[in-house]
Amino acid sequence: MKRLTPVIEWGTLLLSTGIVVFFLVVILLDLTIKGMPALSWEFISTFPTEGMTKGGILPAIIGTVLLTLITAAAAAPFGICCAIYLNEYAAETWITKLIRASIRNLAGIPSIIYGLFGLALFVQGLGMGTSLLSAGLTLGLLSLPYIITTTEEALRRIPNSTREAALAVGATQFESIRDVVLPSALPGILTGLVLTLSRAAGETAPILFTGVAFYINNPTGYLNQEFMALPYHLYMLSTQHHSIEEVRPLAYGTALVLLCVVFFLNLTAFYIRYKHNKNGPRAH
Amino acid sequence: MKLLQRERIDFAMKLIFQVTGLLVIAVLGGIFFMLIWNSSAFFSEVKPWDFITGTQWNPSGDPIRYGILPLLVSTFLVTLGAMIIAIPIGIGTAAFMSEYAGSRIKNIMKPAIEMLAAIPSVAIGFLGIVVLSPGLASIAGLSNGLNALNGAILLAVMALPTIITVTEDALQGVPHSFKEASYGVGASKWETLTKVVIPSAAPGILAAVMLGVGRAIGETMTVLMATGNAAAFPQGFFHSVRTMTATIAIEMGEVPFQTTHYFALFAIASVLFLITLIVNVIGEYFVNKFRKFHSS
Amino acid sequence: MDQEHIKLSAEGVNLSFGSKQVLKNIDIAFPEHQITALIGPSGCGKSSLLRAFNRMHDLSSNARIEGKFNLEDQDLYEKNISVTRVRSRIGMVFQKANPFPKSIYENINYGLKINGIPKDQRPGIIEKALKESYLWDEVKDELHKPAITLSGGQQQRLCIARTVALRPEVILMDEPCSALDPLSTLKIEDLILKLKKKYTIVIVTHNMQQAQRIADKTVFMYLGEIIEQGDTGDVFNNPKNELTGNYVRGRFG
Repeated sequence: MKRLTPVIEWGTLLLSTGIVVFFLVVILLDLTIKGMPALSWEFISTFPTEGMTKGGILPAIIGTVLLTLITAAAAAPFGICCAIYLNEYAAETWITKLIRASIRNLAGIPSIIYGLFGLALFVQGLGMGTSLLSAGLTLGLLSLPYIITTTEEALRRIPNSTREAALAVGATQFESIRDVVLPSALPGILTGLVLTLSRAAGETAPILFTGVAFYINNPTGYLNQEFMALPYHLYMLSTQHHSIEEVRPLAYGTALVLLCVVFFLNLTAFYIRYKHNKNGPRAH
Repeated sequence: MKLLQRERIDFAMKLIFQVTGLLVIAVLGGIFFMLIWNSSAFFSEVKPWDFITGTQWNPSGDPIRYGILPLLVSTFLVTLGAMIIAIPIGIGTAAFMSEYAGSRIKNIMKPAIEMLAAIPSVAIGFLGIVVLSPGLASIAGLSNGLNALNGAILLAVMALPTIITVTEDALQGVPHSFKEASYGVGASKWETLTKVVIPSAAPGILAAVMLGVGRAIGETMTVLMATGNAAAFPQGFFHSVRTMTATIAIEMGEVPFQTTHYFALFAIASVLFLITLIVNVIGEYFVNKFRKFHSS
Repeated sequence: MDQEHIKLSAEGVNLSFGSKQVLKNIDIAFPEHQITALIGPSGCGKSSLLRAFNRMHDLSSNARIEGKFNLEDQDLYEKNISVTRVRSRIGMVFQKANPFPKSIYENINYGLKINGIPKDQRPGIIEKALKESYLWDEVKDELHKPAITLSGGQQQRLCIARTVALRPEVILMDEPCSALDPLSTLKIEDLILKLKKKYTIVIVTHNMQQAQRIADKTVFMYLGEIIEQGDTGDVFNNPKNELTGNYVRGRFG
């Protein structure tokens, strides 16, 4: 018996790991195998037709790409500036600590609450209506805490001696940030930014009431109009469509395209990180 | 460039960073005030006590009922189910990766877990509809599998990456000397893991669990798609439930602005905010405790 | 020190971080074209004192500093003075070589560029600075390689080159050899001795032999106070204070 116990013990842990791997494999295989037949050039390059039962998902792809770009444009400058302020300028007092803790906690609150805030602030408060801009800004808000946190982490990894080196040759504080600190922290900042965008691209709840639509018939891309997006399209096809079974292949195709978009962004982030770790002076 | 000019730029940039920084903080703080403001409009019409203890949520019925209890219990039920599944599997996987696996397996597992974490919730919810719920239905002999258990399993899948990653960090943080001391008195690898490593990493593991709980409570799309959304008081894991997040998602699209019903949904969001805040603060407390313990 | 010209001085200096006082009532003066060594056990405040001269404490929000710091007749903490200007007159070399994550050439060029040295003059100044730091022969064919590829000793000499390129009046050195092997250390000491003709040098060191080898004056500090200062020979061979004697003979520290 004594010989058997280690096997059982080891087996328990192996089983848990196996279950996790099993989950991932099932998800990837199912989406790939059943999604592939739906994929075609036509599927990603044309508009849906005949009440969504035929045709492609082009407007949803364009919508998601534009949405992500707006999110990046809105959140990245503010988030990075805020992180620079917190890490480089703000005195380390209890107020800064409280702000940091609040930002970390904001990263943990449910995304649908951001949706409500976007509805109250952008759609109604600022009169932007349900639109691409409102939804993009809402996702921007959702992304801010992540961008601030990851940027601050990247800045904190730059040793103080690097800042002092710049100051000692007569650089102003801003010059030391611009010329030395930011270039060194850039790979870390970019990695965090792209990972955040990949999360934003897959989000559905925050855009539900801020601008996403099931169908639009004019070419998409106007900031002040409603838009289609991949995650919402998948949600509607799989739960709200009048002939759910009939559009199931399209739903699978949409899911696979969404997965590809998200993984593409993730791989980009890993590539930046990998390249930096390989070339960078300070591996971490 | 002249020195004076450079110093003016320096001053101006400092101001710009400061103003944007404070602006961002103010806007994010605005979320909190928006919730309070809109909820207070609701609570001026419905007593908080009735809201919290009411067993019926029926905003369009006659009589109108704003009882959040069925939604709270639904959220609690799926979260509990998700944690029953995810905690042992998560800790087991983290322990395997940290204590048993070689670097080759680790190099495969780490990206695999990051991939799992990256899958959008709507895709998980979709698979819940097309793969998991038919399976559950046929096993349990139900007409459909869109119930609390279905949601719990999916939420477990979504919470696992967080739990595994944070737990593994915690296990890695346990000093080598602890393990060596344990091996030194003749303990086996398993005894060392269960009696030394896991107990001393306990605060970190608790933090991992809290983060997982936070993730599960706040998740919207998965539960919206996979739990059936029956408004009745939840009966158990094999019955359809309707969580707080799903209720907001379903009803916010249909209510007229600035009505009691509209404000009621903000009141739900406030409760949700409060719960996730408490869970996160507890999680953070344990993370800090773990750090302090191991840095001293 | 009466007959010597005082280049850099401080009077009545108190420095504290939060509630922790690290410098107490310091009076000190550094004569021109001489090397002054600051010695003392870890935590005695010698690095903090050094950094106060080019206002490196400005960045720590909890630092409180009082006292009078002078470079010639210039009050270094005067209200309207430009900190940037102070730092380009008083250069600093740090404990751990901290080249910028740029090429060897750019490491020196950067300071010249921001200080407004015309573009056509820079290559000449860079070459001269590298020669002054005895690095030129080792790097002249690979000026555009990343500075990080140099050895530790070379990196530290590059940091010295970066400092001298700006023609400061004073060079502060914070244990510049503590992370280096003995051979590199000797090279740097050689270099410091040669630099003394042009610059006033203040060096913090843990290494007694090093202080004796290169310093004209030595200042012994303990728990934030100056215990003894004078000619290096006197401080090491005839210390007036018992504490100094115990320290230089290696009884503690």
